[in-house]
Amino acid sequence: MTNLQTKKEPGSVKDIKSARFAAMTGNNAIAEAMRQINPDVVAAYPITPQTEAVEEFADFVANGKVKTEYVAVESEHSSMSACIGASAAGARTITTTSSAGFALMWEMLPIASGLRTPIVMYVANRAFSAPLNIHCSHDDTMGGRDTGWIQLYSENAQEGYDNMIQAIRIAEDQSVRLPVMVCLDGFIISHSVERVDLLDDETVRKFIGENKPPYHLLNVAKPITIGACALQDYYTEHKRQHSEALINSKDKILQVADEFAKISGRKYGLFESYKLDDAEYGLVIINSAAGVAKMVVDDLRGKGVKAGLLKPRVYRPFPGKEIRDALKHLKAIAVMDRVDAFGAGRTPTFTEVASAMYGLEKQPLMINYVYGLGGRDIRLEDINNVYEKLMDIAKKGKVDKVFDYLTVRE
Amino acid sequence: MALSLKELSKKEELFSSGHRLCAGCGAATTMRQIMLATEDPVVISTATGCVYVATATYPYTAWKCNWIHSAFENSAATISGVEAAYQSLKRQGKIDKKIKFIAIGGDGGTYDIGLQSLSGALERGHNFLYVCYNNEAYMNTGIQRSGATPLGASTTTSPAGSASYGKKVFRKDLTAIVAAHNIPYLAQTTPAHWRDLMGKVQKALAVEGPTFLNILAPCHRGWRVEMKDSMKLARLAADTCYWPLYEVENGQWKLNYTPKEKKPVTEWLKPQGRFKHLFSNPEYQKVVDRLQETVDKEWAALLKKCVVESKPPETETKTAPARDVC
Amino acid sequence: MKKQMTRKEMPLGTVIDSPGCSREYKTGGWRNLIPVRNAEKCTNCLICWIYCPEGCIKVKDGKITEIDLDYCKGCGICAEECPVKGKAITMVEEKKEN
Ligand SMILES: Cc1ncc(C[n+]2csc(CCOP(=O)(O)OP(=O)(O)O)c2C)c(N)n1
Ligand code: SF4
Ligand code: SF4
Repeated sequence: MTNLQTKKEPGSVKDIKSARFAAMTGNNAIAEAMRQINPDVVAAYPITPQTEAVEEFADFVANGKVKTEYVAVESEHSSMSACIGASAAGARTITTTSSAGFALMWEMLPIASGLRTPIVMYVANRAFSAPLNIHCSHDDTMGGRDTGWIQLYSENAQEGYDNMIQAIRIAEDQSVRLPVMVCLDGFIISHSVERVDLLDDETVRKFIGENKPPYHLLNVAKPITIGACALQDYYTEHKRQHSEALINSKDKILQVADEFAKISGRKYGLFESYKLDDAEYGLVIINSAAGVAKMVVDDLRGKGVKAGLLKPRVYRPFPGKEIRDALKHLKAIAVMDRVDAFGAGRTPTFTEVASAMYGLEKQPLMINYVYGLGGRDIRLEDINNVYEKLMDIAKKGKVDKVFDYLTVRE
Repeated sequence: MALSLKELSKKEELFSSGHRLCAGCGAATTMRQIMLATEDPVVISTATGCVYVATATYPYTAWKCNWIHSAFENSAATISGVEAAYQSLKRQGKIDKKIKFIAIGGDGGTYDIGLQSLSGALERGHNFLYVCYNNEAYMNTGIQRSGATPLGASTTTSPAGSASYGKKVFRKDLTAIVAAHNIPYLAQTTPAHWRDLMGKVQKALAVEGPTFLNILAPCHRGWRVEMKDSMKLARLAADTCYWPLYEVENGQWKLNYTPKEKKPVTEWLKPQGRFKHLFSNPEYQKVVDRLQETVDKEWAALLKKCVVESKPPETETKTAPARDVC
Repeated sequence: MKKQMTRKEMPLGTVIDSPGCSREYKTGGWRNLIPVRNAEKCTNCLICWIYCPEGCIKVKDGKITEIDLDYCKGCGICAEECPVKGKAITMVEEKKEN
């Protein structure tokens, strides 16, 4: 895979006293981040491809490496319910899941965010059944994008590790107090061994600081009721409060990224722009496939084609304005999703990006592909074909077919 | 603490007036009694249902303790998380107070949709008390049948009609299902037997590990009785042995109440509108017979299991009238 | 009744930070019948107190002082359960002023 999105902060790296390097899978990296975060409570349930992460974490608990109370629940519905209880009780709380597990806890996702419990959840993205498939699609977290959580996507193990650590800070910030999901591609990343730069434990501990809940259930001196029903007279105000908090979390996410750059030398933004500044043809693509696509961009650049790429990191809150500014000068854009939004005739990210572009006087031409479902490989030549298509429609000045599946036997 | 009404009446009510449960709601009396029985601070989780919607309607709350609702089927899972947080923070020295944990659910939230999360939490051994306030149907959503609804009862999803006598199957024995988890303490009771109920709450909260109370809490709306009769119906349930008061303590089954004279189950059925059709159609006598047979069989089986007959804790007080002795 | 809060005035995440504030919500208006207690007959056994679903029978030093009509919903359990012969509490039609 090409060099990751990490833009090294010039000059800062030598100040960093971290630097263990390790070869690890995405799951290992997440488990390692969890060990360093050392949460008060973890409640999780096994499901492929996330399982290794909880198994490894259970090992840390069994060997006294963490102070965590590990709740080996009987289902994902209960894992999220227990996390809500734990977080409402003031505990720093983490869970992990994939696919069907994500679906089973679905009811509890908007409850976690509505109750403003700052849970952090690692999701190894996996396809929904039927037919059953254990490999990567983004069905789970894309489906859950409007459950009121912050969503961070990760191209590789390094980004997953870094996002987990930042997620704690973001979630627990007094101005945010929202749950965060950290997503990375099941198997493709969760099970591939990569080099990961690790921070040392003390640096992580200092960076994440203490969780200081404004209210919690174990404060006997100040009892609270949390989760009351709110009817016509109050429901709207609750939703508005939640909506504002999510939109406003963008600034905090950036601030946390800045601080993280100082300890890691790895600088994150709302998304990664890869050779976009002068680009004419661009892809918008999430998670691991962006790695492959960057290789194609490099190759095309070598041939004089002004190709570029935008890889969303923060999907909720969706940075529409920033994405528009980054893309508006392009001639043609392909938005690619590892998920279909059945019946919409557009995938989720296309809808988001198109709506962000709405109102521009001169809009780039846009097309939309579904790719890589259920872990199907996306090859260099597939991406190359997409760029060729973009060049073609730019030349013609019009789009004949907006939405299509890439690599399918028709 | 001695369970005398005089002493109890000096305690702060942790379940406040101004809640919106129906006038005469058996669950309301149950909640008051539970809260009056507590001594250490408690954190409560409540499942969706009547008690939830009527006691915590934003911006009002009837609860004076820490309290959470998250959903319908997960009161036990939610309290698991709260209790895990407590264990973790206590171990880390971040908290030193003694706190007790109670999960509450209706029979829908316990017998049916919440059974898995209850079973999981019991098996994991969290230190909490689970209270099922059992009004034998989904009352909050308009009296639909549940796994606790008795045979023959007419509910909105098991209505009696020209071709049906109401619910076609027996209730399940949840208390026995819970007993099969081999937890240290569990019991059945009713709010009409206030001393039994409150004594059991105290016993359960004093035990380390998961405990369970199945409390028959009459709902006059669903049972189609007069609202003044809630306690009377609960008492009849015990006196007919339809709802025996017993406890299982470390595997030992103990009967806490033997009616002086075991009344026929019809005395419990007849006042209730939900069984009215059983008595207006002679064909349905066989349903009443089956109910009686089952009660008899279950009572006999219970007597066999109960090797020791025990009185609930603290049975002696001067102020209580004879009828409440149980 | 509480004054309606704006979203900025509301604590985060549906939290209610005034324990037991349902007392500000008066349920006395639900009542059709009103419990009338005969203090002379009453033995202060407190049975009505322990069964009242509303907790609105007030007791001081083991003696009933009043029935708080702000909350009494008129269910009649207190009267029904009163063990005194001839009843120390009876339910009567309430005259409501408009
Ligand atoms: C997942 C889910 N399914 C259904 C409901 C609708 N619902 C809310 S309360 C309830 C019934 C509650 O019954 P029970 O637990 O017996 O309590 P009660 O209302 O009798 O107090 C139902 C079906 C829900 N809230 N959540
Ligand atoms: S419907 Fe029944 S259980 Fe629900 S509040 Fe009314 S009396 Fe109580
Ligand atoms: S009528 Fe009902 S609510 Fe009023 S005091 Fe008597 S028991 Fe309580």
